Amino acid sequence: MIYGFGLAKGMGVTLKALVGPSFTVQYPDRRVGIMGAAKAAGISTPSLLFKHPIKALRAVLGFEHIAVMPTQSPRFRGNDFTWYEDRCTGCASCAKYCPLGIIKIVTAPGGINMQEGESYAIETFDIDTGRCMFCALCVEACPYDALHMGSEFERSNYVRMDLVLTKEDLIAAPKHPSTWFRPQMEEAGYSPFAEALEDMKKAGRHETPTVDELTKTWVKDRRTDEVVED
Amino acid sequence: MPDPFDSILYKYVYCTLSSTDDVACVGSGLFGGGLLPGGLEWLAYVLTAVTIVAVLINAILGGVLMMIWGERRLLGRFQGRTGPNRWGPFGLLTPIADAVKTMFKEDVMPTVSDRLVFTAAPILMLFPALLIYAVLPFGAGTWLADINVALLFIIAIGGANVLAIVAAALGSGNRYAMFSAMRSVAMLISYEIPLVISLIGVLMLSGSLSLVAIVNAQTLPFFIVQPLGFFVFLVASMAELNRTPFDVAEAESEIVAGYMTDYSSMKFGLFFLSEFAATIATSGVITAVFLGGWHGFDPIPSQIWFIGKMVAVLAVIVWIRASWPRLRIDQIMNFAWKALFELTLINLVVSGILLLIWPSPSTTELWYMAGINWVVFLASIYIFGKVLGPKHDPVKAGNIQPDVTLSDSDAPALPTGGGN
Repeated sequence: MIYGFGLAKGMGVTLKALVGPSFTVQYPDRRVGIMGAAKAAGISTPSLLFKHPIKALRAVLGFEHIAVMPTQSPRFRGNDFTWYEDRCTGCASCAKYCPLGIIKIVTAPGGINMQEGESYAIETFDIDTGRCMFCALCVEACPYDALHMGSEFERSNYVRMDLVLTKEDLIAAPKHPSTWFRPQMEEAGYSPFAEALEDMKKAGRHETPTVDELTKTWVKDRRTDEVVED
Repeated sequence: MPDPFDSILYKYVYCTLSSTDDVACVGSGLFGGGLLPGGLEWLAYVLTAVTIVAVLINAILGGVLMMIWGERRLLGRFQGRTGPNRWGPFGLLTPIADAVKTMFKEDVMPTVSDRLVFTAAPILMLFPALLIYAVLPFGAGTWLADINVALLFIIAIGGANVLAIVAAALGSGNRYAMFSAMRSVAMLISYEIPLVISLIGVLMLSGSLSLVAIVNAQTLPFFIVQPLGFFVFLVASMAELNRTPFDVAEAESEIVAGYMTDYSSMKFGLFFLSEFAATIATSGVITAVFLGGWHGFDPIPSQIWFIGKMVAVLAVIVWIRASWPRLRIDQIMNFAWKALFELTLINLVVSGILLLIWPSPSTTELWYMAGINWVVFLASIYIFGKVLGPKHDPVKAGNIQPDVTLSDSDAPALPTGGGN
């Protein structure tokens, strides 16, 4: 082997990169050539030339841009939250676990169906995402899978107060929960970038135990434990 | 003495302005010539020079902007990125935006600096880079001056940017800058020697120092006839330009930005500009001396041939920058003195012997010379690789021990506050 051959080898590697694809992910838009512009418009290149000659010229000169969205992992944590009101019992575990104390929960005595989480009526559920560090400890703490990380990330704002997510915001927002910490949603074939998940029963663990199962859990198992202790 | 009318640039502008009755001017100016009244030939002479220089300098600035864009784009593609593409079509306006930003930045000057030297350094840096263009033949008949010592002029001017680097370091009174200047001076002085000697082979073949004569002598491009000279000249001029893999003078990971550390705004811009201008000028010199200058086949004009070859050389320089890491200063010195210097001497001796055999070579005889020179080139590279290869690295073999072992108490005292 000739000494210095590695230099030529290195130049070969960079040459391969030169002719290979570019790995840059462009966001929020990217320049398209004439064929890309035709593809984005959903027509063939010759028909773009005849129907939109100015657009075709712009594309040739490099002025034509199309909006693109980067492909994200479904477990990507955005800077917002998805919250299912019907799942939330108002236990305030999330508020207790929050290291910054930016979740504010006010509850009042609520309905009677405790199993469905109606023991408290939630009056206030505010998350100040302007101070949030998105550690997702609140999501981990939620015992009823009511709080999820969201997938939205274009939430820049001129007023800091507008970054506070109120209960109304959370209810009104389209539900695109991230599958972070809830990989079972991914296994069920859900992707936050494909569709919204309005059905709360699909958004987490949801058990509707039969009377037998309840008896087994709360009566029979306990009784055997007591026998063993004795 | 070369006739100034050999330069079509000169002839065209001068004959447009002057109402001379020179035979050479007949039918070669715009509007029939004679824009100035008779008796003002001296003014036409001055205006011609001013016009050509103004056009050339603006062309250089445009070329530098294009090269900044081209280098960033190409470097991006070499690294699997896209490169700048946001501002203007294909990112073409990016260097203009950079230039505007640089001009409007605050011009900070350190309080401890020597103001005169500090200000003079960027200007000193720019002049040598621009002066090289004066003798470059951009095409058949397209040159500013065909002086008969052009090669000597280029070597002399090209060595002057060491002064600017030292001035920048002394002026800014910065330790990083001083380190950079010391490295740079050591490196540039070492590489000046192989750079000059590698050109002697070309000199012997063409029998002239004038770049126009050298280009005319290249019936066969000299990089084929003189592979060793070409290789050494390319490597040495990359070192002269402070470019990767020899960019120890401005090694970001070690000494901030080297001699440019304290510079900001347009002073920094001038350093940047002159660096790129020098790179383009050097690629022009390589084109003229080794790649056959403006020679090419016919339908394409000679100027396009020259610029195309220049761009190819620049692309290779960027390619090398994208591929190879920076060398250590001792590796650079070893390479200059143990490899390049000897290689140029071998080239000199072999070329001399070949010229004794064929005193004034025809094209066929140039091909014979090329064959012998390529054999010598490959053989000497192979032998030098064996002798200087990693097995014989004195540091790796443990033959070199550090002279002193420093302890914490040997560290220099930290600077205490400003001067006032």
